[in-house]
Formats: sequence, C-alpha cells, structure tokens
Amino acid sequence: MLGSIDPLLLLASLMVAATPILFAAIGELVVERAGVLNLGVEGMMITGAICGFIVAVQTGSPWIGFAAAALGGAVLAALFGLLTQYLLSNQVATGLALTLFGLGLASLLGQDWAGIRAPRVPDLPLGPLSDLPILGPVLFRHDPMVYLGLALCLAVWVVLTRTRAGLILRAVGENHDSAHALGYRVRAVRMAAILFGGACAGLGGAYLSLVRVPQWTDGITAGAGWIALAIVVFASWRPGRLVIGAYLFGGVAQLQLNLQAAGARVPVELLSMSPYLATILVLVLLSSGRAPGSLGRSFHAAR
Amino acid sequence: MIRLERRPQPSRAWTWATPPLAVLLTMIAGGALFAALGEDPLVAIRTIFWDPLFGDFASYSRPQLLIKAAPLILIATGLALGFRAGIWNIGAEGQYIMGALCAAATALAFYPMEARWLIFPLMILAGMAGGMIWALIPALLKVRFGTNEILVSLMLVYVAENLQSWMALGPLRNPDGMGFPGSRNLSQYASSANPELVAGTGAHWGVVAALLAVIAAQVLLSRHRLGFQIRLAGQSPRAAAFSGVRPGLLVVLCMGISGALAGMAGMFEIAGPSGRVSIDFNVGYGFTAIIVAFLGRLHPFGILLAGLLMALTYIGGEMASMALNLPAAAIQVFQGMLLFFLLAVDVLTAYRIRRTGEAAS
Repeated sequence: MLGSIDPLLLLASLMVAATPILFAAIGELVVERAGVLNLGVEGMMITGAICGFIVAVQTGSPWIGFAAAALGGAVLAALFGLLTQYLLSNQVATGLALTLFGLGLASLLGQDWAGIRAPRVPDLPLGPLSDLPILGPVLFRHDPMVYLGLALCLAVWVVLTRTRAGLILRAVGENHDSAHALGYRVRAVRMAAILFGGACAGLGGAYLSLVRVPQWTDGITAGAGWIALAIVVFASWRPGRLVIGAYLFGGVAQLQLNLQAAGARVPVELLSMSPYLATILVLVLLSSGRAPGSLGRSFHAAR
Repeated sequence: MIRLERRPQPSRAWTWATPPLAVLLTMIAGGALFAALGEDPLVAIRTIFWDPLFGDFASYSRPQLLIKAAPLILIATGLALGFRAGIWNIGAEGQYIMGALCAAATALAFYPMEARWLIFPLMILAGMAGGMIWALIPALLKVRFGTNEILVSLMLVYVAENLQSWMALGPLRNPDGMGFPGSRNLSQYASSANPELVAGTGAHWGVVAALLAVIAAQVLLSRHRLGFQIRLAGQSPRAAAFSGVRPGLLVVLCMGISGALAGMAGMFEIAGPSGRVSIDFNVGYGFTAIIVAFLGRLHPFGILLAGLLMALTYIGGEMASMALNLPAAAIQVFQGMLLFFLLAVDVLTAYRIRRTGEAAS
C-alpha cells in the first residue's frame, strides 16, 4: 500500500499543499507582530478564493485573479481594521464575525461558479534547474506563486529584523502605549499591517481555487485559515519557523490524501481528520513562544 | 474633529439600546444587499421578519421558531458563561455534533427495546457527556500546556464533522436502509423520540431544557459565587487572582458547562427535528450561537430574545429563498452583518463621542 506512494511526487506536491497556508500565515504573522489578533483569516481567505476565481475566469488571466483576490482580502481586512482600530471593538469577536461574514459572502458570490475550471497557472520556467535529477521535480517545477510565497517570508523576515519600519512595527506590537508616547502612529501602523494580512490571506485563498483544487466549491478553505493561525503560534511569531510549520503541515495534508488515493484500509474520514489532529498536537508540543506584548489589546490614546 | 472619550462606567442605557440599533442597521444594509441581488428590499425584509409569524403560512412556520431557537439558546447560554470570563469556546459546533452522535449511539445500542423511562434520560446524559468531553479537550490542554483554546476547539469541529460522516456512512448506518447513508430515524423509535409536547407550538423537551438553562444561568451569574468569579475574571483577571479565583478551574468549568449544553442541544435535535445521523444534520447552530450570545449581551435573558430573533432569520431566510429565489447563503451574510453592526455600535456603550473643535482647544 505504502509502496504505491512516490516519495518524490509527495515532496513536490507538499510544496503546493503548503503554499496557501504559507501565504495566510505570513500575513497573519505581520498582523500579530503589530499587536493585532485577527481571527478572520478563514473569512478573508475564502473571500479571496472566490474573488480571485471569478476574476480569473472572466479575464482568462490567473494573475489578474490573484490581484483581485489580494484586493478582496484587503477590503474585508479593512472592515476588521475599521471596527477594531477606530471603533475599538473586541478583536476576538470581530475576527469571528469576519469569518462568519466571509464564509457567507463567498458562498453567495460563488453560487453560479461551481464546476467551472480555472484558467491554468503555468509553471515558472527555471531552465536547467528543473532538469536536475531528484531536486528538479521536487523543487524547481512549480508555479511562480510557490516561490513568491517563500520570497514573501524572506522579505518579511528582512523587514522585521533588519529595517527601521520593522522595528517600529514590533514596537507597536510589544507596547502600544510606549510606541504612542514615542510619537509613532499606532493606528496607522496597525491598519497597514491588517491590510497586508488581508491581502496575503486573499492570495492564499486564491491559490486554493486557482491552483490547488482548481475550481470553486463551497467551503473550499475547510479550516485552512484556522490552521494558518495555529502555525503562527507554532512558529513563535518568527518567519523562519513559519515556513517549517507550513511545510510540515503541507506534508501531513498531502500524505493523508495520498493514503486515501492508495486505498489505505482506514476509513477516508479518519484520514481526513489527521491534519487537524496534527495541528492540535503541534500546538500542544510547541506553543512555548512568547506572544507580542500588546497582542489582542485595543489601543485608545487617552488624553 | 470627533474623538472618543472613555466613560467611567459602561452606559446601561446603551447596553440595551445597541442590539435593537444593530438590528435596524442590519435591516437597512440587508435591504441594500437584497436590492443589489435584484429583489424589492421591503418585500425581502417583510418575508424574513414578518411573514414567518403573521404571513399566510404562519401556522406552519410558527412552530419552527421554537424548534430553531431552542438549540441556539441552549448553546449560547453556555458560551456566554465562558465569554464573560474571557474563555473563548469557538467549537460549540463540534460539541453539538458529538452530543448528537453519543446520544444516537446510545439509543441505537438499545434498539428495538421499548423502555422510554430508561433510554431517553440515558440519551440526554450521553449527549451532555459527549459534548462535555469534546469541550474538555481544549480546556485541559489549555490548563496543562497553555495551548490556545480558540484554535484547539475549532480544530475539533473539523474532527467532529469527519467523525459524523464516518458514523453516518459506517458504524451507525441503518442496517435496513438499503445501503443509503444515515442512521435509523430516532424520532420514529418510541423510546428515543423527542416529540412535540403541545401540538402546534413546536415545543419539545429541548425547549424546556433551554428555558431551564436560561434560568439556571441567570441564578448562577447573579446569586452564586461561581457566577461572581466568572464576571470578576472577565473584567479584571488580576483582581480575580487576588481574590482567590483559580483560573484553571474556571476554564474547565466554563468549557465543561458550555460543552454539556451544546451536546444536550445536539441530543434533542437528533432525537426530534432532524431525527437521524446523516452526513449533514448539523446546520451551523454552534457558530450562529456565537452571534446569539453577543446579540444577547452575554446575558441569559438577552440570549433568550436574541435566540428567538436569530431563529426568525433562519425561518425567514428559508421562506425568502423559496418565495423570492434568494440564495440560502444570503441569510448567512445577513447574520454576519448583524454581528458586525452590533460590534460597531457597541463603541457607544463604553465611549462617549465628543466633538473637538475650536472651543476645546
């Protein structure tokens, strides 16, 4: 049974399986480093998935679709930002509202779009690299979004740890009162982070509907947004560990799919549970990191 | 310029005025949404909020109100206890499913024995136990390992949904069902049925349980020491620690109670209105109950009213999707909007809006 699973193919598809979660998680990481807990990732992801899908099918270009998905996610995130930053609502409750609203909105928008195939996303031509033995098929025969996701993680790491903008963002997240006293504009920084997080979640969602599945089905994200949130905790809010987390998760998700296809003598439903159980296990074993100091707290500049 | 000034104490008047205001705003925004979908907004709003109670088919839809409100109120009452203490049980949907599965498995284990005095109470206990155990997993993990209860309880929803479809297709499948998925119909098995108690009202045992839960929660919160500790822990964790509240115990109790209530809701549903374990007997009550809890201001009696209102949107939404051809998802958007507006206007409860102009500077 296990013999029928090709390890190279598994490794290659692992990168594809991890990418939607990688996008959503790196966005949420930036949001949380700015001290905001946005539990609406699932809602933003699925909204991005349907926006990206509709636009990609209409225009025939997946790239315009991805742009629309980022925009859709950011619009939903702006709603969250307006409520939590300007109307000072509870971040946990607002994030949940965003998820419930996003799920409804996506299934409303997507009701006439089921069963259509998305335009194909071509692989990035990497020339001789993709002809390498073993490494070629595993690492260098993917679509550009896989590499964009990794590049984004690298960029976030550089910005957070090596630039002044990253320092300000972290200051706002660690202690918003001190950051405010130093003259940084807490709300503006947080709004920017929230919008970035929304755009990333939208891209992650669109990757599901345009590449991974690739068509629209209701409830396409199936908890991927929540898993992204869990991976941020697992990564102790560090971009490097986030990549590892997303790829570990992608591995579990892909392995159980392959086991299903290989006809394992375990009920399909029990295999489908495994990514969620793995996430819980990971949270139990490795939630030792320290969260940003102001995470989840509302900021109101009293005079 | 407009700026916000924190009130020394939350405004009592606004605490009760914000939910109706949010409903009103949702109707306006919802009307705009329906207009965008090409429907007459006034007709749509009337179909959702008026026709289920007073329309031509009201005699059919009115009993549905209690049937749909009972699980929402039961679940939301439990969730509100935790939310008040800052404990976020988001996985009520999973606890609801597990309660239903455990209750159904209990009943089917006795089938076809006729002993209602034994089987029906056992099912209630099994439902509560199932929901409670499912909720205690995130609670104990939080206490022991410090994991986030939001994420764990939510992951368990997906696990429960998979268990549910496995049960419907495998172990609990009706052996006389000619291979169709789904269990035996529990509402047609005299020992397990949860029938309408008063004809034409829709009131079944779950409605009775929901009313009892609301009263018990009100007594707990206003008269019992645990209720005081819950409120204290939510408002000031530091003060709670000094007054001897054990946070771990509070997490276990709040999660356990809310899980048991959600499981009970699942039991009454599987024994009555839905009747059988199928791959999709759950319709999202566990998530909608979160909206109900907030709309009811985390207050038991408020939740009673909010549950009835939200049940109305379910029935009205069904009627609207039949009569006006509105997509079923529109009502989900509508419910999400309601929570958004509620959270937005809530700023008025804790803050005063001040104009700062030349006079102030």
